[in-house]
Amino acid sequence: MYQIVLIAFLSLFAQFFLPWWTLAIVAFAVCYWRSPGAGWAFWYGFVGVAIIWLMYAMLIQLRTDGVFVGRMSELLFKANMSFLPALATTVIGGLVGGLAGLSGFYVRQTTTTQIVPRNS
Amino acid sequence: MHYTKAIVFTGLTVLLVFALNRPWGTVPAFAPLLSPFVGFWQNAETDEAADEELNLGGTAEPVTVIFDDLAIPHVFAQNDRDAYFAQGYLTARDRLWQMEFQTHAAAGRVSEIVGDRALELDRYNRRLGMGFGAEKSVKAMMADPRSRESVEAYTAGVNAYIKQLKPADYPLEYKLLGYAPEAWEPLKCAYFLKYMSGVLALGADDLNMSNVLAKLGSAATKELFPDYPFHEDPIVPGGTKWDFTPVKIPKVPAESRPAVEPITMNWPEHDPAIGSNNWAVSAQKSASGYPILANDPHLTLSLPSIWYQMQLVTPTMNVYGATMPGAPGVIIGFNKKVAWGVTNVGADVLDFYRIKFKDNTHREYWHDNQWKPVTRRIENIKVKGKPNVVDTVLYTHHGPVMYMAGQQPFAKNVPVGYAARWIGHEESNDFLTYYLLDRANNHADYRKALSYYGAPAQNFVFADARKDIAISPNGKFPLKWKNQGKFLLDGTNSADDWQGWIPAEQNPHVKNPARGFVSSANQSSTDPTYPYYINWQFAPAERGVRINERLTTMQNATPDSLRMLQNDNLNMRARWSLPVFLPAVQTQKLTAVQKKALGVLKTWRYNNDVAEIGPTIYTEWMRQYMNGVWQDDFPGTDSTTLRYPSFDRTLELAEKEPSAHWFDNVNTSPRETLSDVLTQTLQSAVDSLIRQHGPVGNAWNWGAHKATKIGHLARLDALSALNVQTGGGNGVVNATTERTGPSWRMVVALGPQPTAYGVYPGGQSGNPGSRHYLNMLETWRTGNLNELLFLQSPQDKNARIRQKVVID
Repeated sequence: MYQIVLIAFLSLFAQFFLPWWTLAIVAFAVCYWRSPGAGWAFWYGFVGVAIIWLMYAMLIQLRTDGVFVGRMSELLFKANMSFLPALATTVIGGLVGGLAGLSGFYVRQTTTTQIVPRNS
Repeated sequence: MHYTKAIVFTGLTVLLVFALNRPWGTVPAFAPLLSPFVGFWQNAETDEAADEELNLGGTAEPVTVIFDDLAIPHVFAQNDRDAYFAQGYLTARDRLWQMEFQTHAAAGRVSEIVGDRALELDRYNRRLGMGFGAEKSVKAMMADPRSRESVEAYTAGVNAYIKQLKPADYPLEYKLLGYAPEAWEPLKCAYFLKYMSGVLALGADDLNMSNVLAKLGSAATKELFPDYPFHEDPIVPGGTKWDFTPVKIPKVPAESRPAVEPITMNWPEHDPAIGSNNWAVSAQKSASGYPILANDPHLTLSLPSIWYQMQLVTPTMNVYGATMPGAPGVIIGFNKKVAWGVTNVGADVLDFYRIKFKDNTHREYWHDNQWKPVTRRIENIKVKGKPNVVDTVLYTHHGPVMYMAGQQPFAKNVPVGYAARWIGHEESNDFLTYYLLDRANNHADYRKALSYYGAPAQNFVFADARKDIAISPNGKFPLKWKNQGKFLLDGTNSADDWQGWIPAEQNPHVKNPARGFVSSANQSSTDPTYPYYINWQFAPAERGVRINERLTTMQNATPDSLRMLQNDNLNMRARWSLPVFLPAVQTQKLTAVQKKALGVLKTWRYNNDVAEIGPTIYTEWMRQYMNGVWQDDFPGTDSTTLRYPSFDRTLELAEKEPSAHWFDNVNTSPRETLSDVLTQTLQSAVDSLIRQHGPVGNAWNWGAHKATKIGHLARLDALSALNVQTGGGNGVVNATTERTGPSWRMVVALGPQPTAYGVYPGGQSGNPGSRHYLNMLETWRTGNLNELLFLQSPQDKNARIRQKVVID
């Protein structure tokens, strides 16, 4: 599980200075380095990135009393529901992180013949 | 196996990142937009307002800015340059996207941002000569050291703001549309002026009128389109003596109308609801013994708000008022000694000339009995995601040749047709007028300031602490023969050229008239005794007559009396027409529900209040009635556009010649009378309202039916204010229609120390993620005003002060 923490911290750090998609490189690298299976790799990537996007988004939403999440929800999803922007943010960020993590795992597979234990 | 999965999933990841990182049609790039690090989340603003110091390095001395509770900046600078620098910086901070978008629009550069769906709009603005005019104007503003300093300092201020922006800080619209701000330049200030001239000074019925003339002949055209209205109360009170000797006025040439070909000129209709009100009451009429002035300019309401409030204080001025993002100085406002406001004149300052080219190379055109060279201006239009479009526009001495019969968009052969002569092509230094008004002390200063003004011509109302009041329909007015430009003109005949200018000091004006007030509501500038031609038609008299009626009886006026008048909902048109129309309706032909609607109108007090049903029925009925009377006589097609006579003229006919043949529908065999048209159109109006709203009930309420919308400039409903419940309407003093209305309401009470009030439908911030995006809307909607804090020094104490920012 330390991979999640690692992805979270590294992607947080990267995104303060670099474009948003560096989070994919972080998730890829961490899962390439160490991940016990495809499902786990996706999970690490997804949660590691999503938790940062969700927490940062929620922090802003709370600090600004959700000043325009309703409008943004209307604008992006044609429905005025204040949880939608944060949900979409979490899912989109998570998907990219998860898929990148999964890719990291599979690329690692090509470089090693080692059978990965199912339950580490 | 391993390789396949590695490749597939890595490929998928790259694809997903790529897909989320770019826009798809109108769908913005999702990931950067949703990222809390750079996306829209970053545009959410807190309510915190801690004092701060901004080191911009652009000012000679520190500038202190006090923000009040409405986020209005009060700028205290040690010199003028620093004040304009701060104005540029602060305006950009709140309105950067709007400033840039509006000037891009004027420059024909919207395709750069949104792609080829804006191409026709861009071609239109360029073919109109917006760039040609802006380039001339910037020369004029740079030639005078005062306007030059203000424009350059303003530009530096805007750029100081842009320079410190990271993509995460870009206004929301840049993130939605996927582009970045570019550096501001003085030319953009000129483009902004052209943008306003485009909104206010592009009224042109020349083509429609020529088509009408071709169809009806000159007698009927004269009969239906008179040069002075039936109901009127001109801005300069009728009977005012002109205190000047006019210059020689050109003679009307013998009939030399160019043959009109059916041309499809995609000319946007001038919205009659864009107008304005202003007035000032004299010291005798006011409770305080000092004049009081009011102004509410009506425009297509939009967000971010059209106006931006600001106070600018330097050793040469202390002025407060409404500024326009993109222009230095205060446009409508007051200082310690004077107050002023503007409404649109609606002068005939756009004319079309039929051009005769020598041959198909279009190198020369015939004018004044000789061939003259055509110049070419290349317009290079950038289009997002597509190759550039190059458009060559031909220029004669009249102006650019615009559109022509059968011209396909992007046609290779340059069109031959009409040249547009437009006031926007003239060199003028309009900023200097506002520069001088911001510093004016008295009536003489006001007159002097007005003499520099070009376009769009405005009715400048004025009041000062010396108890003078005045008004002047003012701008650069071409010297023309009577009705020159009512119809299309002949580009080969020099007698059809503009013949110079009405001398600025002979523009209509009146000071301290006996009636104790001055006012304007876009109606005729003067009565027919004014020696010069300004236009043959103006906005209908309804608002002007109502304002004058109330001001005539007003005594002991206070700012609140003027505020109440700004919110007056009386429908003059209904008051004039219903007593004529209601008795003519054939009640026996009506169904029960139609009778009910008629009953509503009979008891209606002509008030366009939110919860009334009368204005809904009346407005729809009159729309259908005008069609019922005129559609058969003026069957406009795509190739021949016509226009109807005015409502004013139609009402005059109904009153004076109810049996006129115009009321007959020529397409049906029985001969219809006024009474038939009224009855039939009332029936169909009620039926269509039932289809729209169901049985007569709350859905028919005027506020709900009108559903005023204040739309975001990028046409995004989610960022707009929809279904704003307000009264008023077209031709009503409270001129709030479906899309247009008072974009700023201001009342200033002059005195030893002025007190002023104002509001606009929106807020100081252009950021939808700010509390100040729409926070003034409710005050505006309910017809109230905020007191405008007129601070004297940065040390002033006031409970409404929220924040102090020092710029150095």
